[in-house]
Amino acid sequence: MIGILILGILLYGIILGRDMYNPFLEGVKQGIQIVFELVPTMLALFLAVQVFRTSGALDMAVYALSPLARIIKLPEEVLPIIFAKLFSSSAATGFLLDIFKTKGPDSGVGNLASIMLSCTESCFYVVSIYFSTVKITKTRYTIPGALFATAAGIAASIFFQNI
Amino acid sequence: MNYLWSVLIIAGIIVGCFNGTLAQVSDGILTSSKEAIELCILMVGIVGVWNGILNVANCLGMTKKLEKLIQPLIHLIFYDVKNKKAKEYISLNIVANVLGLGWAATPSGIQAMKELKKENGSGNTASNAMCNLLIINISSLQLIPINIIAYRSQYGSLNPMKILLPSILATSVSTIAAILFCMAMRRK
Repeated sequence: MIGILILGILLYGIILGRDMYNPFLEGVKQGIQIVFELVPTMLALFLAVQVFRTSGALDMAVYALSPLARIIKLPEEVLPIIFAKLFSSSAATGFLLDIFKTKGPDSGVGNLASIMLSCTESCFYVVSIYFSTVKITKTRYTIPGALFATAAGIAASIFFQNI
Repeated sequence: MNYLWSVLIIAGIIVGCFNGTLAQVSDGILTSSKEAIELCILMVGIVGVWNGILNVANCLGMTKKLEKLIQPLIHLIFYDVKNKKAKEYISLNIVANVLGLGWAATPSGIQAMKELKKENGSGNTASNAMCNLLIINISSLQLIPINIIAYRSQYGSLNPMKILLPSILATSVSTIAAILFCMAMRRK
């Protein structure tokens, strides 16, 4: 997929007979600058998630929310995944692999967790990364909208899990 | 973000005091900084290369064509964007996301944000287009969850692809919800 995409772009450029090497270098330079601007945000996010997780506060939040989860017939095991996914995809993947190890990927919970991770994005991560590069602090309706889309995805995962 | 960030840390440390997990928390702080920097180093390479390719496609005028291709969708959500470059980057970001090229999506998304910022002036308040771009991104556009399928087969799933159809449906639902939300906000 990636290879074919790059091949397509380069062939197109060769046919047009245009310079591609210098634009590539220019783009790489910009890309590296983008990442450097992101370093403080990444450190801040990873710090907060890690403190919240290692202290056991995450387990407590999951415990507090589990009665609610039972009402909407959501297995408790997927709660940490949903929570982690809001902040970081890699943390959520860690929880997903835990479920795969303990319950198996083909278990009901394994399937549900797989679908949930497929249809959601790490909300707060994306918001802070994108807005920090343009120094936006008043995010207006971004977070409500993003959480609404995430909730819709989770509800749909529960609904479609047995198709 | 300010409150969320500080509350997570404060709550974590207070719970750590009561739980007797302060030692783990301290370790966690060290590993988190290590992991964050490791991820950034990985990103320097990947985002650098993708941004390079992006710039090549841009110079060849390919992003303009892409923008024309998905124009109806762009008009629906980004009705008030006048900046042409911003629209091109937004299109690219959406297409890269749908195809599952997450690493290619990030640079184009950030470039789109920077273009939108030019339109928005120097304020620190997000414009409608900025909010919409992020909401659409967070609704998860990726159609085929290639990573998840790979993890499933790695962990011995008998049918790693079983989740494909439900995932596509759920992703569509979340994206439609996002589009409806953005359209509802337009009236305000």
